[in-house]
Amino acid sequence: MAVRADLSPARLKISFLQTYLCSETERSARRGHSVGTPREDTPRGHPAAAVRCGGTRRLLSAGAVIGAAAPRYRRARAVGGRQLRGDRRGTPPAVPPPRAPALRSPTNTFTVHRAGEKSRVPAPSGRFSRGIKGEGVISLLRPLLLDVVPTIQQTAALALGRLAYFNDDLAEAVVKEDILPQLVCSLSEQNRFYKKAAAFVLRAVGKHSPQLAQAIVECGALEALVICLEDFDPGVKEGAAWALGYIARHNSELSQAVVDAGAVPLLVLCIQEPEIALKRIAASTLSDISKHSPELAQTVVDAGAIAYLAQMILNPDAKLKCQVLSALSQIAKHSVDLAELVVEAEIFPVVLTCMKDSDEYVKKNGATLIREIAKHSPELSQFIVNAGGVAAVIDCIGSCKGTVRLPGIMMLGYVAAHSENLSMAVIVSKGIPPLCTCLLEEHEDHIKAAAAWALGQIGRHTPEHARAVAETNVLGTLLSMYMDIRSSEDLQLKAKRALKNILQKCTYLPALEPLLHDAPPNIMKHIVGQFSKVLPHDSKARRLFVTSGGLKKVQEIKAEPGSLLQEYINTINNCYPEEVVRYYSPGYSEMLLERVENYQPVL
Amino acid sequence: MAALVRLETRLSRLREEYFLKNRSVDEDRKIVYKAAVKIQSWFRGCRVRAYLRYLNKMAISIQKWWRGYQSRRYFRKMIKTAYFIMKMNFYNEMAVRIQKRWRGYYVRKYTHNYYALKKYLEAISLNNEIVRNELQEYAEMNEKKKKKKDLEKKEKEKKYKARKMHYLLSTEQIAGIYNSPFRKFPDPMELLLRQSKPLSHRQQQPKSPFTYDLYDWPTCKRPPAFPTGEPLPPIGRQKPQGPFRDAAEVLRQRYKPLEPTLRVAASISSPLEKAREEMKREEWRKCIHDNEFLPFSSYHKNEKYELSIHASEKIGKETYGIKHFREVQPNKWIAGKNSCIS
Repeated sequence: MAVRADLSPARLKISFLQTYLCSETERSARRGHSVGTPREDTPRGHPAAAVRCGGTRRLLSAGAVIGAAAPRYRRARAVGGRQLRGDRRGTPPAVPPPRAPALRSPTNTFTVHRAGEKSRVPAPSGRFSRGIKGEGVISLLRPLLLDVVPTIQQTAALALGRLAYFNDDLAEAVVKEDILPQLVCSLSEQNRFYKKAAAFVLRAVGKHSPQLAQAIVECGALEALVICLEDFDPGVKEGAAWALGYIARHNSELSQAVVDAGAVPLLVLCIQEPEIALKRIAASTLSDISKHSPELAQTVVDAGAIAYLAQMILNPDAKLKCQVLSALSQIAKHSVDLAELVVEAEIFPVVLTCMKDSDEYVKKNGATLIREIAKHSPELSQFIVNAGGVAAVIDCIGSCKGTVRLPGIMMLGYVAAHSENLSMAVIVSKGIPPLCTCLLEEHEDHIKAAAAWALGQIGRHTPEHARAVAETNVLGTLLSMYMDIRSSEDLQLKAKRALKNILQKCTYLPALEPLLHDAPPNIMKHIVGQFSKVLPHDSKARRLFVTSGGLKKVQEIKAEPGSLLQEYINTINNCYPEEVVRYYSPGYSEMLLERVENYQPVL
Repeated sequence: MAALVRLETRLSRLREEYFLKNRSVDEDRKIVYKAAVKIQSWFRGCRVRAYLRYLNKMAISIQKWWRGYQSRRYFRKMIKTAYFIMKMNFYNEMAVRIQKRWRGYYVRKYTHNYYALKKYLEAISLNNEIVRNELQEYAEMNEKKKKKKDLEKKEKEKKYKARKMHYLLSTEQIAGIYNSPFRKFPDPMELLLRQSKPLSHRQQQPKSPFTYDLYDWPTCKRPPAFPTGEPLPPIGRQKPQGPFRDAAEVLRQRYKPLEPTLRVAASISSPLEKAREEMKREEWRKCIHDNEFLPFSSYHKNEKYELSIHASEKIGKETYGIKHFREVQPNKWIAGKNSCIS
């Protein structure tokens, strides 16, 4: 074991530690362990246990003190760097065998990196965190953040970030150990790799809960992140924007804090940058900021974001389109003025091309955007209908399955709810058949409820509309959904309301006939009421009513005298001659037989 | 004497008769008086009654006349009001007829115009058809692009594989595995191998970190400049084996500027001048447009989308001609931060 023969005190300390380390690693090598390949040595085969390995622990604490001699270290790092990159591809690492005079610093960073790496493996985080937390890895990593060597700092920060990302206990530990102020201070001074890593840590901590995000805000991270947004390197900007987005996501106070730090104009500048990833993240952050309240959305709009977002709808990248559409829909959802501003950015008819995209989430977000615009006022809905939006949404509903359809269905409902002309426009665009198939095919109750609601909105205006809905034989489906005990309450309520609304206007008797047989009393009232309105005026319908067994069914209905149902039944009975009514009333055959019995034949 | 006797006898009775007469007159006087009073009172009564009757009659007559007068007046008034009411009813009815017609017309023409609604719905269906067709075309185009990209990728992979496995090419003596003698014609892989250049074992250059910026080059304002100055020699490349000249020298010679002789340079319309002018004329003739040539189609991706006129629609009514007409707004002439003047 050669020891470096330099004589300065630091170097002496270093050499002592090196000796110690070398002996340690030799011992562990003799034991058949290798420092960097923990997989073979753990009894449970668990990667975390490797960190428990005593040699590694001492290594980490030693590594904190060791300062590497620059040129040798850098070369070793460069060599080790390829190893690290090899790790990223997931190949099992080939650790450089502990050569006697070699410095251990590559292995330090290596191990630190490995510790962070392991946390990226999707192991069940509970087991893993017990493993890691038990050793206080956070407190071990903390001094490494202050290391002289910049690469150690960066790797330590990266490891911290990865640990905190998947586990909120570790994130809380990061906050408790006061690591954040250090990160924030050094955020403004260091190079871009460190900034990226520090932004990653902030993002990882802020993602779990509002309290952690609040802790980040309190240690003054927002200003530092906003300064990072002005950096030249796009990776730094991306990291900072991502962290801001995760912080702003939780609630409106945090969003307001982000806005007050002056992030919005810089984010709008970021959107104009050429890198796709940066655009994506900036769009997602703007979406997270503007989703909470109209004032925040107004702030985003005042920074001029809408024009750039609208231009980016044409970009071929699917994830970017997703985020842009989501941002626009979060802006437009709050009020009529904001929706009008979004529409004035000339997104129609370009947005309709998104409805034909191959990516499902682009279709979903496009439909959400159109829905948020259509729901505010009849003029906006009219505009969308004129631009052919209804046809695009209907095609989209027809081609998707599952929750992706939901915004499209709701959009049709909102458009039809505004006025009868718009509802007729939806009918003319062949909107009803996809809604019926949706009602029949979907498994989720909330989608079925939305489809039922939309059909109710379409059919409730005039008898023409109700007839168009009833002709597709969907009333029976609605009734069965209302009666089904397995449907959720929301579905039952919506089906009942839709049925009532359509029935109150429906004069298309062939569709009402099948419902007579199994409807519950509160629905029966409406059905019989409709019959009582139509039958007095139409003789053919009367005949059909008798021949199809409807009159018989009506006689069998028991209604309280004086109730509305009884009045309707009386009205219907008055349309027919008495003998016919008596013929169809229940128990008529018995009555006749009784008369036969009591008859005295005249001889 | 006989008369006297008679008188005397009557005389004796005279006093009694006189007394009796007076007494009877006195006795009758009361009765007569009472009778006279009665008669007089009766008569007076009659007279007064007659007078009262007369007064009554007169009063009745006056009242009759007055009442008749009042009633006739009242009657006339009643007639007038009745007439007025009849007239007003008539007018009301006529007005109702007019209003009925007008309201029906107005509602049918402006509010619930059936034909306009029908036309509108037809226009909507037509528009929907157009939009659906266009979207279908767009989707198909995207599909085609994707398929093409996939195909190209596969081709590239195949070619790369062929280059790597170049050693499997068959030679004169030994038929390669793709060129079995029992086959009628060689396998397509064999043909591919024949066409491909062998892959050298030199290490590939690491992927440049700027390659992902490639299709975002349109944001770079200056055009990609080709090297016209002295080109730098490549770093660390292995020198080609053999008696080759130095690459820098070769390039220098290749791009050496023309040094004409005095004769060529000095003459007025020397061949050089003529050639130059010819070149200029050619360029002027051949230049089709001034857009700079961007070598990859992805550079055109960020062009602004232009709306088609038939599909764009303004919200609300057209305000030009109604709300404003050829007015100028000087405060809009100053360019703000967000105005798109460039």
